[in-house]
Amino acid sequence: MTSNALRRQGSKGQAGDKIFSGAALGAGILILITLFAVAIFLLIQALPTFTANPALITGGEGFASYIFPIVIGTVIAASIALLIATPVGIAVALFISHYAPRKLAAGLGYVIDLLAAIPSVIYGAWGYLVLAPALVPSYQWLAENMGFIPLFGGPASQTGKTILTAGIVLAVMVLPIITSLSREIFLQTPKLHEEAALALGATRWEMITMSVLPFARPGIISAVMLGLGRALGETMAVALVLSTGGLIPSLIKSGNQTIAAEIALNFPEAFGLRLSELIAAGLVLFVITLAVNLIARAIIARHKEFSGAN
Amino acid sequence: MSKRIDVKDLNVYYSKFLAVEDVNIGIEAKSVTAFIGPSGCGKSTFLRTLNRMHEVIPGGRVEGEVLLDGDNLYESGVDPVTVRSQIGMVFQRPNPFPTMSIKDNVLAGVKLNGKKISKSDADSLVEKSLRGANLWNEVKDRLDKPGSGLSGGQQQRLCIARTIAVKPQVILMDEPCSALDPISTLAIEDLINELKSEFTVVIVTHNMQQAARVSDRTAFFNIAGTGKPGKLIEYADTATIFSNPSVKATEDYVSGRFG
Amino acid sequence: MSSTATNQAKTTRANGSSKTPQAPLPRKRNSLAKGHLPRFAVLAIAAGALVLGAASSTLTGFSIASFAIYSAIIFVLAGSIITTVVEGPRRGKNALATYLVYGAFLLALIPLASVLFTVLQKGLPGINMHFLFHSMNGVTGAIDNASVENGTPVLGGAYHAVVGTLLITLWATLISVPVGMLTAVYLVEYGKNGPLARAITFFVDVMTGIPSIVAGLFATALFAVLLGPTARMGIVAAVALSVLMIPTVVRSTEEMLKIVPNELREASYALGVRKWRTITKVVIPTAISGIASGVTLAIARVIGETAPILVTAGLANNINANVFGNWMATLPTFIYYQIITPTSPTNIDPSIQRAWAAALLLIVMVMVLNLGARLIASLFAPKKGR
Repeated sequence: MTSNALRRQGSKGQAGDKIFSGAALGAGILILITLFAVAIFLLIQALPTFTANPALITGGEGFASYIFPIVIGTVIAASIALLIATPVGIAVALFISHYAPRKLAAGLGYVIDLLAAIPSVIYGAWGYLVLAPALVPSYQWLAENMGFIPLFGGPASQTGKTILTAGIVLAVMVLPIITSLSREIFLQTPKLHEEAALALGATRWEMITMSVLPFARPGIISAVMLGLGRALGETMAVALVLSTGGLIPSLIKSGNQTIAAEIALNFPEAFGLRLSELIAAGLVLFVITLAVNLIARAIIARHKEFSGAN
Repeated sequence: MSKRIDVKDLNVYYSKFLAVEDVNIGIEAKSVTAFIGPSGCGKSTFLRTLNRMHEVIPGGRVEGEVLLDGDNLYESGVDPVTVRSQIGMVFQRPNPFPTMSIKDNVLAGVKLNGKKISKSDADSLVEKSLRGANLWNEVKDRLDKPGSGLSGGQQQRLCIARTIAVKPQVILMDEPCSALDPISTLAIEDLINELKSEFTVVIVTHNMQQAARVSDRTAFFNIAGTGKPGKLIEYADTATIFSNPSVKATEDYVSGRFG
Repeated sequence: MSSTATNQAKTTRANGSSKTPQAPLPRKRNSLAKGHLPRFAVLAIAAGALVLGAASSTLTGFSIASFAIYSAIIFVLAGSIITTVVEGPRRGKNALATYLVYGAFLLALIPLASVLFTVLQKGLPGINMHFLFHSMNGVTGAIDNASVENGTPVLGGAYHAVVGTLLITLWATLISVPVGMLTAVYLVEYGKNGPLARAITFFVDVMTGIPSIVAGLFATALFAVLLGPTARMGIVAAVALSVLMIPTVVRSTEEMLKIVPNELREASYALGVRKWRTITKVVIPTAISGIASGVTLAIARVIGETAPILVTAGLANNINANVFGNWMATLPTFIYYQIITPTSPTNIDPSIQRAWAAALLLIVMVMVLNLGARLIASLFAPKKGR
């Protein structure tokens, strides 16, 4: 059997194969190990927060009562962002996919992508120095005329640095996410469905409500969820724009705080227990965004299975 | 420079599915052997086992022996890379490397393996291979242009030149003309006729006229039904298969009553 | 869909001309155009809305913003009501939706235009050779006060931040690109959807959703365990940015490798080429333009990140070219600190000017990277056709 000439030719260069596939495998495993190790380190660093005397935690009543208001603040800011960005983002996606002239559509999509390319600190600076002062008259008007609603309770902030301003800046930042994902889904709508609707004499809007939106609903939901994930974790817009304070219902007064901004504002001077607290807050933020992202991806995955779009 | 292939009791599996069952066949050196049969009968699958290309598909494996001049391709310790450098393959759709020039495409088998080759050797190898593929006169002025700029038939001949350049013993062709127009097909068929003076050629084809035109011997594969394995039904001189087959199914197929 | 649109346009146009009074004979009205608003009606409504908007804006104290808002509201309402009256409620609803969709797009352009305009307007005056090639080393509040009082040019620049940005991003790229590309190669060429490949895909997804500040904490925690709790330097920031960059690189490389036709791999194997040479010499070169543009976009994304730098690289006023030691500044953190803690608390204008100039610099970098990505994608794409 050793006379096999093919075998005698040997297997020169097989080492290269082994090294390369090993390197590829190693890189993949490195990602897993890093994530795992770092999660462990993060937990270790955060641990003192949970074991320490509650009186020593900022606020003096333990971690739960420290984290609760800023979790709520995070949710408020993200909700404002989504309330604005969802309708506008979907409408912009519809504009690009179904209203704008074909030749312009790709270019318009790129313009919206530019919104996503602008660094967050620049949005923060813009919100701080341009948007916030510009909104002050509107806030005063709201406080005077709608002040009976707790959300618009006065007196309005004189600087405009409120959670509503932060929410608007966040809305600008998540808009491109919602738009680009929705646009992709809209473009996948089966042409036959659209043409069937038009052939029945439907107007363009009826065609969209009859065939495009029902088809795209799961996709839109997951796009909004991914936008939510971004809004929850965004730091700089809030850190720069919001004049922070305790949890309050009014959106147009100074007050409220988000997790990400809390970390960014306090981390540079933090040490010891305060550092652990902030890392623990980061863990909470991570868990929240992780849950939101996983739900979004689960919706996308299910949608893919059924749509046959892949 | 050509060797014969003998296949003994070969079964081909994809994972647990038996795709081709119990093939015994002897392929002559310096001849053209055609595999014909209906779609899905396993002829392409079987062809790929002759240079271990089926292993590229996840789950593909074989039982049995394939002997290249007596050397078993599947003996443990045999490197599939060695096998493939001795038994080349041309595919259904022309697939020149899009990032490479015509010249680099011809030299791909040498260069990709990192072998050093002098410029004069490279030039003469390119010319020899392109002449061998009847393509030299058409491309000699644009060797540095991308290979994807050629017509479909020229691309397929470039792929054949690329295969010849590795100096294989055997060339396997998997429906090499099915994506080509009749004139390009004719050029390839002429080329196959010339190739057999130097190489052992095995060709899978759907086109029975083509099998009749180019091959010396023909093997007919058939399948009993979907989900059943493909089998070698009859193997004989091409003239016999087309004029006087011994199995009824072969006669039905070549006379157009089936498939 | 587009053909219906042109048909509609044609019928409205026909309708419009049939109403022309100069026509010698009353031409037969196209029955398909019956009950449609002529095209000029929309323009008329728009003009009316502008006039009414200006009027109502003047009543409440004229401003461009209120003028635009009032006019838009009046136009949308009047347009859809008139369409409803003339063409029926279905078309009225359609018109309303159309106006709102167009309006949403214009609305989305406002912040983009405003940001770009502001950055250009306020950033350009601050850009000069001094700003580009000097750091903030030794620039104190007293210096800023002096330049405001004497009207002399603002001193201090962003050179140290540019150096920091480039170095940290370079190191992040050096970490992310090999790891990300090799991981993508594993997923596409070796993993074949096995359990490990699925786990890696899942965790890459998890990484995609990590908030940037948490990525910064990740890196800090990692180095805190390795080097002690106050380890803040460039390389920690680079690791934090890698956490954000790797998933983008993996994703884009994976997509690009997947669209390389299998036929090319088979062609290479059939020539007796080894798998790793097939991947490095055939598959990756075929996909390289897409991969390069994906990597460039990933760099563009992380170069503007602020939050992870805040918690990893600290704050510096001087030039530090050593990522393995001492604190480091980057353009985003420079902008942030110039705004939030102006060098001179009494005269913040010099700081604000420096912040906008740095913002302009940063936006230019990001835009160049974005355009570069597009250019790479189109220039180095494999040549097709003849």
